[in-house]
Amino acid sequence: MSSAEWQLVGFSLRMALASLLLVLPPGLALAWWLAKFNWPGKTILETLVTLPLVLPPVVTGLVLLELFGRHGPIGGWLHHTLGLDVVFTWRAVVLALAAMSLPLLVRAARTAFEEVDGKYEQLARTLGAGEWRVFFTITLPLARRGILAGILLAFARSLGEFGATIMVAGNIPGQTMTLPLAIYQAVQADDDTHAWLLAGISALIAFAAVFTSEKLLGRRK
Amino acid sequence: MTSPQLSATFARQFPNGPEIAVDDLRLGGGVTVLFGASGSGKTTLLRCLAGLERPDRGRILMGETTWFDGARKLWLPARARDVGFVPQDYALFPHLTVARNVAYGLSGLSALERTARVTEALRWLGLEGLEQRRPAELSGGQQQRVALARATVRRPQWLLLDEPFAALDTPTRLRLRGELRQYLRQLAIPTVLVTHDRFEALALGDSVVVLHAGHNVQHGAGHEVFSRPVNLAVAEVTAVETIQPGRVGEIRDGLATVTVGARPLSALAVAGLVPGGDVYVCIRAEDVVLTRAGAEPASARNRLPVTVRSLAPEGPQVRVTLAGDFPLTALLTRSACDELALRPGDTLIALIKTPQVHLIPFTR
Repeated sequence: MSSAEWQLVGFSLRMALASLLLVLPPGLALAWWLAKFNWPGKTILETLVTLPLVLPPVVTGLVLLELFGRHGPIGGWLHHTLGLDVVFTWRAVVLALAAMSLPLLVRAARTAFEEVDGKYEQLARTLGAGEWRVFFTITLPLARRGILAGILLAFARSLGEFGATIMVAGNIPGQTMTLPLAIYQAVQADDDTHAWLLAGISALIAFAAVFTSEKLLGRRK
Repeated sequence: MTSPQLSATFARQFPNGPEIAVDDLRLGGGVTVLFGASGSGKTTLLRCLAGLERPDRGRILMGETTWFDGARKLWLPARARDVGFVPQDYALFPHLTVARNVAYGLSGLSALERTARVTEALRWLGLEGLEQRRPAELSGGQQQRVALARATVRRPQWLLLDEPFAALDTPTRLRLRGELRQYLRQLAIPTVLVTHDRFEALALGDSVVVLHAGHNVQHGAGHEVFSRPVNLAVAEVTAVETIQPGRVGEIRDGLATVTVGARPLSALAVAGLVPGGDVYVCIRAEDVVLTRAGAEPASARNRLPVTVRSLAPEGPQVRVTLAGDFPLTALLTRSACDELALRPGDTLIALIKTPQVHLIPFTR
């Protein structure tokens, strides 16, 4: 493997990791909220969160492009107040990966939170624990396997993301090009050897992540 | 140590379940047993006291502190009630060691003080050496004691125990019953203990509250409640073995004559008794003494000729079903049974002392 390929793999992993860090706090909060409470309109929020999972990724990318473009409602604000450009930069890659992996994380974490028997949380309260302490010392540790499995799944999904990324970040070598985009590029350039090498690397990482995720879920049963 | 009184009048209705309606329940120091059949609302009542279940209306006061007031919309959450709670399955935190389970409620203390308290609690309950175990690596009896340690190590104002022996096998249960009694005595924390087992109630309770269909129907000393039920519902909940309708004859000097079938019995008079009135006659099986004809002592006033119908062993005791002027059940030790060489069909004399014939007037 050449240094350019190593760089590509490193960049892809960094982007996936960054998107994970971005998605984790709101994703866990949302999952916990969905698992523990009922409120009117909950189903609408559940549907919205899951939508990127079933929508064509290109559509998710298009929506992000609208929102985060320099003239979009969020992108315009970021550009004018912080001088930050998102679209067609590495930030857009992180954003696209985050949007695409959020549903997987939230769904897995929600199930994990729901499986925590409420009796432990109730007992912790009788011992004087407030809600934050209950969450961090009881709920989260008891749900950790399911959450970890969800994180790995979301991570693997991020590494394979194509459609949303190319819409909102483009395919700029060295700047926004991730593994799947590079494979597409290689095929377009008739460089099959290169494409297959990258495909092999992708498959290897994905296998490791999903395998570990399955192991974690299996051990809980 | 004088403990503040817990007083509760409240109701909690479940969408498809029974209503729990507690009326003027007052709990003082010592161990109060909440006794009732399953579904009578014992656990719900306990969870309302713990702050895990919110009543629909009414009031719960602990001394001067309001735990719940429906009219003023006051509600003190569980974490602020300073109550030690032990649920039926103990709910030990499965991801924490024994030591960290016990220390969970001590987060306000210094690390030094915390360790000292945990060590002391584990020693009291004979759990030394198990500090680093996980709950799954403990026996049922050990789990129960860890749950007790976790609930009591904070020295709470009240201790609430939900069927503490339900998850244990019978030999362990009998052994730990005595230990728990001693432990609760030493602690001197006022305790509410839920059970459906009469012997557990008698062994552990300083007083017993009988719950029936969500209502507190009788509160008194254990023996009082179990042998002198105030109404038919309590008699049935406490499983009085013989309940027969009878008619009151003469009432004189605190004694009443009551006829069951054709047999006159002597009983203590109770409030609300009128000559000629209908009553339920309650006789506990363990108060029935059986002898061979001619061998009976003179002290018992009630002598009934009976025939043995059947014998059913119940652990160390034998339940004897008898026929006579009315059906009667006796509970004998196995050795007493052997001594009499009891066989179905035998004719005997059943002796019942006057105070052990309890009357419930029909109207109540």
